[in-house]
Amino acid sequence: MKYYDKLVLELSQSGRTGFSLRKAHSEVQLPENLKRKTALNLPEVSEPDVVRHYTNLSQMNFGVDTGFYPLGSCTMKYNPKINEELARVPEFTGAHPLMHSEGLEEVYRLADKYLAAITGMSHFTFQPCAGAHGELTGLMLMRAYHESRGDEKRKRIIVPDSAHGTNPASAAMCGLDVVVVKSGENGLVDVESLMPLLGDDLAGIMLTNPNTLGLFERDIKEIASLVHDCGGLLYYDGANMNPLLGVVRPGDMGFDIMHLNLHKTFSTPHGGGGPGSGPVGVNEKLAGLLPTIRTSGFHGNTGVIIKALAYILSLGREHIRLAGKLATLNANYIKESLRDSYLLPIDSVCKHEFVFDGLREPNGVTTLDVAKRLLDYGFHAPTIYFPLLFHQTIMIEPTETESKETMDGFIEVMEKIAREAKEDPEILKTAPHNTPVSRPDETLAARRPILRWTPES
Amino acid sequence: MAEHFAYFPHTEKDINEMLERISLSSLEDLYSDVPSDFIYKGEYDLPEAMSEEELRRFFGELAKKSPKKKVFVGQGAYDHYTPSVIEYICSRSEFLTAYTPYQAEISQGTLRYIFEYQSMICELTGMDVSNASMYDGATAAAEAMRLCVSSCRGRNRVLVSESLLPNIVETLKTYAHFAGIELAFISVEDGETSHSALEGMLGTDVAGVIVPSVNRFGVVEDHEGFSALIHEAGAYMVEYCDPSTLAVVKTPGEWGADVAVGDGQSLGIPLCYGGPYVGFMACRSELMRKLPGRVVGQTLDKEGRRAYVLTLQAREQHIRREKATSNICSNQSLMALWVTVYLSLMGPRGMKRVNDLSFEGAHLLKKELLETGLFEDVLSDKPFIKEFVLKPLCDVTALQESLCDAGYFAALQTAEGYVTFCVTEKYTEDDIKGLVEVVKSLK
Amino acid sequence: MSKIIPGLLYSESHEWVKVDGGVAIIGVTDYAQSELGDITYVDMPQKGDEVTKEGELGALESVKTAADLISPVSGTVVATNNQVEDDPSLINSDPYTNWIVKVEMSDVKELDSLLSAAAYENIL
Repeated sequence: MKYYDKLVLELSQSGRTGFSLRKAHSEVQLPENLKRKTALNLPEVSEPDVVRHYTNLSQMNFGVDTGFYPLGSCTMKYNPKINEELARVPEFTGAHPLMHSEGLEEVYRLADKYLAAITGMSHFTFQPCAGAHGELTGLMLMRAYHESRGDEKRKRIIVPDSAHGTNPASAAMCGLDVVVVKSGENGLVDVESLMPLLGDDLAGIMLTNPNTLGLFERDIKEIASLVHDCGGLLYYDGANMNPLLGVVRPGDMGFDIMHLNLHKTFSTPHGGGGPGSGPVGVNEKLAGLLPTIRTSGFHGNTGVIIKALAYILSLGREHIRLAGKLATLNANYIKESLRDSYLLPIDSVCKHEFVFDGLREPNGVTTLDVAKRLLDYGFHAPTIYFPLLFHQTIMIEPTETESKETMDGFIEVMEKIAREAKEDPEILKTAPHNTPVSRPDETLAARRPILRWTPES
Repeated sequence: MAEHFAYFPHTEKDINEMLERISLSSLEDLYSDVPSDFIYKGEYDLPEAMSEEELRRFFGELAKKSPKKKVFVGQGAYDHYTPSVIEYICSRSEFLTAYTPYQAEISQGTLRYIFEYQSMICELTGMDVSNASMYDGATAAAEAMRLCVSSCRGRNRVLVSESLLPNIVETLKTYAHFAGIELAFISVEDGETSHSALEGMLGTDVAGVIVPSVNRFGVVEDHEGFSALIHEAGAYMVEYCDPSTLAVVKTPGEWGADVAVGDGQSLGIPLCYGGPYVGFMACRSELMRKLPGRVVGQTLDKEGRRAYVLTLQAREQHIRREKATSNICSNQSLMALWVTVYLSLMGPRGMKRVNDLSFEGAHLLKKELLETGLFEDVLSDKPFIKEFVLKPLCDVTALQESLCDAGYFAALQTAEGYVTFCVTEKYTEDDIKGLVEVVKSLK
Repeated sequence: MSKIIPGLLYSESHEWVKVDGGVAIIGVTDYAQSELGDITYVDMPQKGDEVTKEGELGALESVKTAADLISPVSGTVVATNNQVEDDPSLINSDPYTNWIVKVEMSDVKELDSLLSAAAYENIL
């Protein structure tokens, strides 16, 4: 990667144009007091310069297509290109959301049907545009269910301490009071700690299964009956659905509401942070409530849903059976291969991801240093410092689309880094060395925020 | 093992070697901690796996069931022209297949285009600070509603104009209901938000007011005196706007608003049946730390090189959890890139041209439709750019069907019984005349 | 070794209190600033705000984390430190000179339940 230090706004030269539109015969006429008076300082750049600029920017980026991306909880699997082609079909891209479109209505009907088959839920809404958006929508459905039964006092929701931050944040946005349940020594929800939190004012519980440590919550049956018995509902955070793809259905585990991350489990590209899609599924009990909740402008991220449907059709009933299993195999393979160099806080068979708690012999080297050094070797770092249950957490999720050779290469580099920590810790503490920038000053960025370009900056 | 799948690299040899390394004898052993009755034993109710050619054929059939139409409706999704360059850049895999730029050193591409996007949104709206994007205009409006309430201690009421699009109002109602926020609606007078109604509704319990810059009738609203009134009452002013029109229409900044939200779809994003679009939110600098979502900031790296990072993260869900400004994690990043490339190509002159051509086309269409005698002019003295409403004097269903059969999507009906039309720079005089001919055939 | 100043009172949530007549001058301890790392922003209460003992007084933000400022006493906020608001790094460089909030106490007896310097050292 080469350091390219331009912003498109700095390439601007008065009089240049990059657009191609026919001439207008007249101009916009508006009353004086409704007209824009401030100059519009957008870049004036030629088309070739725009292309070159963004091409150069892209070359300072790392995607799944570039290399291994073992980000725990993100499921960075291969993004099939045929899906891109299908989402670009002009009849789909040219359809106005308020237009009747038989083909696209069929896309939604099929996506609903197949996701229901895969998850054991009854029906889905596709309005949510991301996982967190799905969580919020799902919790709204939970509250709507209780409200529809005149059960207004159910305002508490249980969230494990290992939960992703979006869980309590979504609950708060939905008017629910978050109650945290502790994880036990084995990293799983502690059922003893759960019991006192139940009650007739409980809306439900949010669970990720497998949890954020990559461990299957094996007490799920007991947890489900405890919560259902006191009248609460079970919400499934589908961010960690990948190992269960083709193996287990959340509906069969007793979950009433769930969301999926199409940009994780269903192979749609992450796009640098979106667009994703977070469809919410419910069982029979809540299916009637789906049309009553509007949480986005139109039908959700249609382009993303088309890609996910294509992925499901390419997996079909034959290949889906292997998806979750291969993802789990890959994770366990890396775990067992590196356990001598890295500290394994919970020693059991994991699912699609697992955590290390830093180096066995750190010699002053932190997880941050390890992550930065990995960048020098052409890998994206795993997730670091999440979940907060340990101090030097490294969360690794390879996904099922990685070959044994790629993983062996990663294992070799991680072992090399463990050796560097003992022999030459400085090189780790000052890493990365081979990237366009290194250790940007985040304190400065937060203390003196510069959030937009100005001619003087 | 079944017929091999192109996305699974594993051979039988690979699987056996890996199982040996982890001391297990079969893939099923990986799930021995799962209650056995949860393991799905049957066949999944899915079709047989499709090859690429089969997929192309399958979706091709679906496409045939949805023939393309000439789109003459707006209502929150505008058929503006998309420059050829954008698709090309946005499909570069370094942008498309990258994740959130948490590792700044290998994400400078993403971080820089977001910084450019934030800058351009501020330019368009006249605000000081923008976030890195939201899901869409409707949810951005809902987040702005929450921002008003959280910034105005002790106040729980937000006033919303009835001239906002219905899907935005519905979304606001949903978010408000579950967050315990009280909404009240400002009536429409003569095609725009009523100044006098607003005045009567302001009070010490109002945290914010949401009004559209260009409303659902296509009317460019006159917000003279609004910000003074709202600020005197101690509340915040939120303008919901169509960013494409901000090249020519008075900006939220010029109106004295505190927050600007809307959907960037009109900046060259294809209609795509409603998504993915991109919501934007920008505000005055005092509200910077109340902004939901990610924000990119400029800094220096250890060698003194200019670098970009996600900043002000302490507001966000992964740190503040239930106290976060919002639960938002993933946004619509790639669509922010789309919009940034669009604005870089268009520049100020291109944006003006888009509006000039749209204005020309829409005013021509309105004139010709009125001349058919099948419509009555309403809101005749109200200015519009590309979208307008008319009162139909004919059978609306017959009108819509004829237009649809002739390949036009137009004359959508509003709650008042008006029909709405929209013309963008994508459509020529011939397209407009063609539509009018179809209308005339109803006489 | 975390620095602790004798003569001040301490809370279990790592705030310190200096009593000045009926006013409690409040800041955070050396341990707190070191755990937070570079402090990037202080979310201050407003003058006139009523606070209760163990209620939220404000928050401290660093790059990777945020922590609530818990009020050791009940009362009314009478002053906030503008210097610290402009330059939060002052808390990192000298957490004891750079106070954050001053609260006029409504119940002086609440001070009795706070920790002495020695007792605070024990809990660290």
